[in-house]
Amino acid sequence: MSTETKEKQLLRGGQFLVKQVDCEEIFTLEDLNEEQQMMRESTKEFVDRELWAHWERFENKDYAYTEETMRKAGELGLLSVAIPEAYGGMGMGFVSTMLVCDYISGATGSFSTAFGAHTGIGTMPITLYGSEEQKQKYVPKLASGEWFGAYCLTEPGAGSDANSGKTKAVLSEDGKHYLISGQKMWISNAGFCNLFIVFARIGDDKNITGFIVENDPSNGISLGDEEKKLGIHSSSTRQVFFNETKVPVENMLSERGNGFKIAMNALNVGRIKLAAACLEAQRRVINEATKYANERVQFKTPIINFGAIKAKIADMATNAYVDEAASYRAAKDIEDRIAIRVAEGNTHQEAELKGVEEYAIECSILKVAVSEHVQQTTDEGIQIFGGMGFSADTPMESAWRDARIARIYEGTNEINRMLAVGMLVKKAMKGHVDLLGPATAVGEELMGIPSFDTPDYSALFAEEKDLVKRLKKVFLMVAGSAVQKFGPQLEEHQQLLMAASDILIQVYLAESAILRTEKNAKRFGEEAQATQIAMSKLYLYRAVDIIAQRGKEAIVSFSEGDEQKMMLMGLKRFTKYANQPNVVALRTQIAERVAADGGYTFDA
Amino acid sequence: MKILVCISNVPDTTSKINFTEGDTKFDTNGVQFVINPNDEFGLTRAMWFKEKQGATVHVATVGGAQTEPTIRKALAIGADEAIRINAEPTDGFFVARQLAEVAKNGGYDLIIAGRESIDYNGGMVPGIIATLLDMNFVNTCVSLEIEGTDAKAVREIDGGNETIATSLPLVIGGQKGLVEESDLRIPNMRGIMMARKKALHVVEATDAPTMTADVKFEKPAAKGPVKLVDAGNIDELISLLHNEAKAI
Repeated sequence: MSTETKEKQLLRGGQFLVKQVDCEEIFTLEDLNEEQQMMRESTKEFVDRELWAHWERFENKDYAYTEETMRKAGELGLLSVAIPEAYGGMGMGFVSTMLVCDYISGATGSFSTAFGAHTGIGTMPITLYGSEEQKQKYVPKLASGEWFGAYCLTEPGAGSDANSGKTKAVLSEDGKHYLISGQKMWISNAGFCNLFIVFARIGDDKNITGFIVENDPSNGISLGDEEKKLGIHSSSTRQVFFNETKVPVENMLSERGNGFKIAMNALNVGRIKLAAACLEAQRRVINEATKYANERVQFKTPIINFGAIKAKIADMATNAYVDEAASYRAAKDIEDRIAIRVAEGNTHQEAELKGVEEYAIECSILKVAVSEHVQQTTDEGIQIFGGMGFSADTPMESAWRDARIARIYEGTNEINRMLAVGMLVKKAMKGHVDLLGPATAVGEELMGIPSFDTPDYSALFAEEKDLVKRLKKVFLMVAGSAVQKFGPQLEEHQQLLMAASDILIQVYLAESAILRTEKNAKRFGEEAQATQIAMSKLYLYRAVDIIAQRGKEAIVSFSEGDEQKMMLMGLKRFTKYANQPNVVALRTQIAERVAADGGYTFDA
Repeated sequence: MKILVCISNVPDTTSKINFTEGDTKFDTNGVQFVINPNDEFGLTRAMWFKEKQGATVHVATVGGAQTEPTIRKALAIGADEAIRINAEPTDGFFVARQLAEVAKNGGYDLIIAGRESIDYNGGMVPGIIATLLDMNFVNTCVSLEIEGTDAKAVREIDGGNETIATSLPLVIGGQKGLVEESDLRIPNMRGIMMARKKALHVVEATDAPTMTADVKFEKPAAKGPVKLVDAGNIDELISLLHNEAKAI
């Protein structure tokens, strides 16, 4: 495919909101090539053998075992999938990177956190921003698992407000070193890492600066005790204290004052990978819960036969399916964008940075949605297990605790919700995505007389696709009016931003699921995709409800009188089904398939 | 030393088994295929010979294009070349005849096949290959060491082991013991990438008679629910054991 045609088909980040995509243009898990399938199998075998079989060790704070398994992952090449071949890596694409991150993360949050912290924020700042010398020196060791990395951004007084850190970097008198002093906290992998990515402020700089700091206790580096945490018990999380730690000037990452940018861009990648890391956890919980529900007999029948349990299984499977659809769609968009950039002459480093940055909105959307779904799924997993689920002897209890952190790290879900809408508005202002035109069109539509014709909805997803189009209008209506009303002050209206963001999130997920299923129905037949069709419909129904509710809250918060009435009418029109789906029947259909398969099989 | 490992493409052990076409055909729908476990023990031992004694390892399978992921996995594990004999396997003789033809042309010193495949459990292939090629043969082989052209093989026999001295060229029917389960290798990422560049030859099948045909498959009868007999009711217990379980 030539770059030109690719560019034409590939949406810019955030453009999904104003453009319709053909189902053939999105990538789905069913598009994995043979090599990727083999990678997935290897990853699953590693997890079953080394992690899942020993999950209780991870619960018993066996930090040494986390380190040991990380080394084994390194031996299998699982730490170096994303790293260019020139630095000892596999140089594989973004989809392959996501795939490994997905399937390696299901057994225990302790390992997946160690894996994510090392391969993502512990390594990526060097591969993305390091000088040639820095990359040659450090990346091969990080790729093989000979060394492990950790990322030191957060401080006691600088969490979500990451650029407010107090850690200082002072140039030595001979100009050869920076002396770094400060306190960093919640540092994953601190207990066994060989290298820290440290962010510190030079003088009174507005922005922080990144440094590569080798871990050497004799160089003023000391660690706090292991934190006592709700979950991810065997992920080493400690405070790190730097006391005039000498760092050679050549270990500065990128340029002075560029640290905040590095930190944020590392997090963009981290966010979509975190979404991937919350997929396999959902599948495993569904598998365990289904197995239990199939076997647990109460009132003389396996509890899977009860509608109350079926509804849970159906919603759990649906969330996982939809999350897969959206995550891999975005992953391939990023991979293609990187390829276009490389073809245009960018270095791989620049291309990857820009490629991910382009889809920062989608990365935030995915981080929020998938981390919340894994929380719901683990919660229902416990509920299906009943009292047994509350016991630490079953893997449900630890899955639930481990899932909780995903809503907090890599930027809290609240920060990510605001970012998603904020970045979109910024993109519109810069002219990268034309929101104004479509928003104006929606405004005009609201003034006009609605059509009372019922379109022909007989084709697969005809009504659903039309509905998604209308849901996009809800966002344009709400966000468009809010921007008009508040201008740059919009960012102070956080509750409104949260609501708008929920609309945005639901649109992306519902649309991704429908496109995935439509693509597969075309090639494998509608009959073979009957359950996936049901899941896509069920998800859309739930999305419509959320959008109707959040849309109303938003509209009422900033409008009154006729304007409010008109927007509420619009909301009603945009969220209306011509044919109400029977969601009870859909849930039953989905649950019965999952029960018959003995678990989640839609990723096969 | 040149080794040929014969690989059978079999359903994963956790697969649900169903039949179609009036119970005459295995239903492959939704079934995941893997390297036959007995073959995988042999392949892993072959990798040991490659790494410690400089052997060259080829793998071969009889099957359609759908079996290629399975042999490519063997390449990812470390085999040097793969051969797919393009034919649907029918009975044991047919498969052995195809593999023997490939082996004859390849000049192998050692041919490792699994003792049996875990799907149809025929257990004939390695023996027939040895016969067709007039090579030495050790079945149910649980240990194999080679020095020069001398081979020391241990064979599992009822209740114990038998150590055999033999020589190359040799065919073994391998099983667990050649290596242990913990020795089995997960293809690493580099291996997977390298596999793409390794040769996978597709050769056409040799004429061979199909000597047997499947008439019908049956699944074992489903187990009934557990019956609890009151502790005082010994007569009922005896009656159930005699008439239903036919254990006494």
